[in-house]
Amino acid sequence: MIPQSFEYHVPRTLEEASRLAAQFGADGKFLAGGHSLIPMMKLRLAAPKHLIDLTCLRDLAYIREEGEHVRIGALTTHFRIESSALLKEKCPLLPETAREIGDVQVRNRGTIGGNLAHSDPAADWPAAVLALEAELRAVSPRGERGMAAKDFFVDLMTTALASDEVLVEIKVPQLGHGTGAAYAKLHHPASGYAMVGVAAVIALRDNGAVERAAVGITGVGPKAYRAFAVETALHGKPATQAHLNAAAAHAAEGVDVNADLYASAEYRSHLARVYTRRALEAAVKRARAAATA
Amino acid sequence: MKIRMNVNGNWREDDVEPRTLLVHYLRDVAGLTGTHVGCETSICGACTVLLNQEAVKSCTVFAVQANGAQVTTIEGLAREGKLHPLQQSFWEEHGLQCGFCTPGMILVAHQLLCRNPHPTQEEIRKGLEGNLCRCTGYQHIVKAVQSAASKMSATEPVRAVAAAG
Amino acid sequence: MATALLGERIKRKEDPRLIQGRGHYVDDIVLPGLLHLAFARSPHAHARIKSVDVTAAQAAPGVVAVYTGADLQGKVGMVPCAAGIEGLKVPEHPCLAVDEVRYVGEPVAVVVANSAYTARDAVEQVEVEYDPLPVVVDPEKALAPGAPRVHSKLADNVAFVAKLEGGDWKALEAEPGIKVIRQRLINQRLAPVAMETRGVVASYSPGEDLLTVWSSTQIPHILKTQLALMSGVEENHCRVIAPEVGGGFGSKLNVYGEEGVACYVSKALGRPVKWIESRRENLQATIHGRDQINDVEVYVRPDGKVAGLKCWIIADLGAYHQLLTPAIPTLTALMIVGAYHIPCVFVETKGVFTNKMATDAYRGAGRPEATYIIERVMDLVAAELNLDPVDVRMKNFPSPKDFPLALPTGVTYDSANYQRTLKKVLKAAGYTKLRKEQERLRKKGRYLGIGLSTYVEICAMGPSSRMPAGGWEFGSVRIEPTGKVTVLSGTSPHGQGEETTFAQIVASGFGIPYEDVTVLHGDTGVVPMGIGTFGSRTTAVGGTAIYLAVERLKKKMARIAAHKLGVKPGELEFKDGKVQTAGGEKAMRFLEVVAEAIFAKQLPPGVEPGLVEQCVFEPANFTFPFGAHLAVVEVDPDTGEVRLRNYYAVDDCGRVLNPMLVDGQIHGGLVQGIGQALWEEHVYDENGQLLTGTLMDYAVPRAHQFPWFETATTETPTRVNPLGAKGVGEAGTIGSTPAIVNAVVDALRPLGVRHIDMPLKPEKIWRVLRSASAA
Repeated sequence: MIPQSFEYHVPRTLEEASRLAAQFGADGKFLAGGHSLIPMMKLRLAAPKHLIDLTCLRDLAYIREEGEHVRIGALTTHFRIESSALLKEKCPLLPETAREIGDVQVRNRGTIGGNLAHSDPAADWPAAVLALEAELRAVSPRGERGMAAKDFFVDLMTTALASDEVLVEIKVPQLGHGTGAAYAKLHHPASGYAMVGVAAVIALRDNGAVERAAVGITGVGPKAYRAFAVETALHGKPATQAHLNAAAAHAAEGVDVNADLYASAEYRSHLARVYTRRALEAAVKRARAAATA
Repeated sequence: MKIRMNVNGNWREDDVEPRTLLVHYLRDVAGLTGTHVGCETSICGACTVLLNQEAVKSCTVFAVQANGAQVTTIEGLAREGKLHPLQQSFWEEHGLQCGFCTPGMILVAHQLLCRNPHPTQEEIRKGLEGNLCRCTGYQHIVKAVQSAASKMSATEPVRAVAAAG
Repeated sequence: MATALLGERIKRKEDPRLIQGRGHYVDDIVLPGLLHLAFARSPHAHARIKSVDVTAAQAAPGVVAVYTGADLQGKVGMVPCAAGIEGLKVPEHPCLAVDEVRYVGEPVAVVVANSAYTARDAVEQVEVEYDPLPVVVDPEKALAPGAPRVHSKLADNVAFVAKLEGGDWKALEAEPGIKVIRQRLINQRLAPVAMETRGVVASYSPGEDLLTVWSSTQIPHILKTQLALMSGVEENHCRVIAPEVGGGFGSKLNVYGEEGVACYVSKALGRPVKWIESRRENLQATIHGRDQINDVEVYVRPDGKVAGLKCWIIADLGAYHQLLTPAIPTLTALMIVGAYHIPCVFVETKGVFTNKMATDAYRGAGRPEATYIIERVMDLVAAELNLDPVDVRMKNFPSPKDFPLALPTGVTYDSANYQRTLKKVLKAAGYTKLRKEQERLRKKGRYLGIGLSTYVEICAMGPSSRMPAGGWEFGSVRIEPTGKVTVLSGTSPHGQGEETTFAQIVASGFGIPYEDVTVLHGDTGVVPMGIGTFGSRTTAVGGTAIYLAVERLKKKMARIAAHKLGVKPGELEFKDGKVQTAGGEKAMRFLEVVAEAIFAKQLPPGVEPGLVEQCVFEPANFTFPFGAHLAVVEVDPDTGEVRLRNYYAVDDCGRVLNPMLVDGQIHGGLVQGIGQALWEEHVYDENGQLLTGTLMDYAVPRAHQFPWFETATTETPTRVNPLGAKGVGEAGTIGSTPAIVNAVVDALRPLGVRHIDMPLKPEKIWRVLRSASAA
């Protein structure tokens, strides 16, 4: 319950934050909402010597529309995303995913950037940003860069971020005409994390065939992943139940599937297929509705 | 490290270790023991307080992170000796037994009603998902929140707890 | 200011302080000079302690002292076990391990520091060298010849074997046409998870030689006796206070090593000390519940009449006995026939040591296991004979006229009408319609299940003859000169609401406002004697003591008033704040009678001044509440997830004193019982490592997992006590678990499913579904 001692730093600027991170290296950790890091510190599974609190960088909490994208500041809380009228209209998958994270207190405090940078293998956001083909933007003393979501999650709790890089923005392309998205999740009965969480985006052609499918899956492997095999199986095919079923069967293909007390690897693979099918079904339904709207 | 915090309407200044959790600050430094610790993994919600009017688990916030903030604990909910409608309803509907989870339950319910003054039963249950109770079976808590919702909408607009400046 | 009557829905006296955060739990107690304790605990399930090096910890800034098991040897008594079972092996159970550790989380050393933070830091600097020993986790493997022994001083891992037998087995076994059904039923290990973890503050004053202990306990008086014995402070120099207690569920019906250590340290240093258990410690080292393997054989006639029941119980006791560890499974044997007239019974109970935390009383304590066995048995019989589970139950119920009913298990049920509760729950649920709906849905490939449980439980513990250390309860009632009434109870309620119920008893007895009554409990310095709160006894036994004390006082007051009014005492009644003749022609105000009694100017001859009476109530028997529960579930054919759709409960706890509190007890019990059926399971791996060591892993039920419970009561009063109340604290937990399992098995019956062990996790059900579709 009691974390180890650390030094606490409140940088006033991004540059300062980045500089501090470079200085402390492995001894330092960024602190955003703290809802991934602080529980680990209390269990003494993490004991950083320096905490660099980013929450004073208020400029990093925003949701705005810019051209074909919505841009979300990394320090935006899950709740702001859940309740954002703009996102409900422009990118409803994000509020739908946010609603499934933790509980109201966690959503009030936890941030999308912190969640993504922590990259828990059962966190919800990774599935959504993968399916939305979002760009994750980061700043370091070397400047700013963007990373495709599919390249961001490297391994168990490891991202493509350098240790002095601060994740600053999630840039999400708006869904086009005839596109639908959905998030289907089975909650772990104790932790509330995803035993399996599947985000699916489906774009339909006028003839009802699948123009584009993007599926992000969390909770199943050591890191969240794009289910390319599912996507490929759907591409160009009519979005019939039979095709959705067949595509969903590839959900855990080639993945080193997690096992725990609540789901063996075999069962979790099965869950991945079922929840992928459900996410696809819901996304197709919405895509059809969007096409006729 | 020096911090300044408005707790239940009163500003205070204290020197704390950076690792001091907000819940320990409130309990051990500010002497407000109504906020309880029930787990160490941010699951149980017994430590819920309002931080700048939003419900948070005070075991998952460092006191230094609340520097400059307004905090409301269960002790700050009743005004001028009058119970808050939620407190009143928890009493009337038997929304508590051992009382250990109750401060957190009341404050998370406060958050719920601020955002959704007329929640359905399902919305109430979802709103309580971050708070564990081992005694009541939750039904009387749901009832208490329903009752508070109707009290609050009948007599006054939802009263956000704002710390006096 | 209406007079509170028994049976009314009265708001609780406890609540104003609790809803404002103004109650005081142990962690809220602060004393000048307070030091903080933290324990170093074993990471091994079984190991020899080679060495404990405390030099670094001792030298850490803020650390006052560090003690090891060796330091405490001979200075603090063993952790006590009160269970009296013939031939029971009771291994030594030191407060801090000395040579060997036998479960993960066993305390090895204690750090004393000036803050909880520094104590926690220094624990990591206690260096213990261990030599791992073979581990035994599975109780069946522990019984095998040559199995590693948990206690090397004992010949094997068997703590006791108890047998219970009744009826003419020879005749039954020879009976033609008798069918034998066999099934293994596993009742998994659970964690009680009271929302407040354990905690203790011990403060020894050398001048007065006085040890004051605040503990989160259900049994302050028993704890006082035991801590006196453990610490060597004379019992009349010890005081135990149970302040607000944040839930217990049996887990605080105990005496723990940490409490003994806290007393020792405070005495050794002459300073107050505090220990607050972390949740991880709570999951490791606070007692666990259940954990039995039950092999049953049911002897049933072709018409569905169950004529005999055999059960072999393997009870996993863990590594040591806590206060009642071995006694718990014997309650299973006692209640194994449930609500049915089964003439032949045989139960063999084997208590087995393993390298795990001790099991002990957890809400229901032995009876949930019994109820689970017999209620699953009834459904197994129904399935085997293709009968409706309702009919099987009706056929085996005794008639209401049969009570009191002596059973082959050696207990006598006080009163019941099982048919009435079952009929009532069937009506509430619309049973016939539900079965039709089930048929309809089955045709569509949907799995709806309907599960029944018609439980009976044993509570209001209990007659002293059948309890380890007294089953009576103390109550006293004192009327102050201002007319306010002070009630003392030896029970120690911690959420059940007896400050309210007891005030109702007293106010209705005296005909005075409920607000004028205050109930004090949980302080051995205030309440002279007591047993405590457990076994659904507080109202039925503790309330009766108070009721009888009120009756005694009323007799005295009537004598005094009669003397004054010139009437006979028998002509007087207590009503509306007066002591008066039936029509109210002659009357004194309650307060006037009080003044007479206390100022003692004109007392009748032979009457002592003052108004204080006490009673130690000794019940002649237990009570046996009962009920009928019905659960409706739907199983997701894709994933095996179970959705609880409806739950109906009709409970009979005898006379209801406050329906709101009865509802609350039932609801809470249901959630715990349903939690066991569907989610909860405390799991060790084969090395004895706890896999469910945080609330991220151990699934405590949450609000959104439940439908609205439809509850109702019937009232069949008991004659065991004059209140007619039986007890309701555990009924919901006991009744609900089998209702859920029966419902899920019922849902899957078309697939030929006969039984699935708890918890009914989706994966288990998915596997059943998969093998059924493969077949």
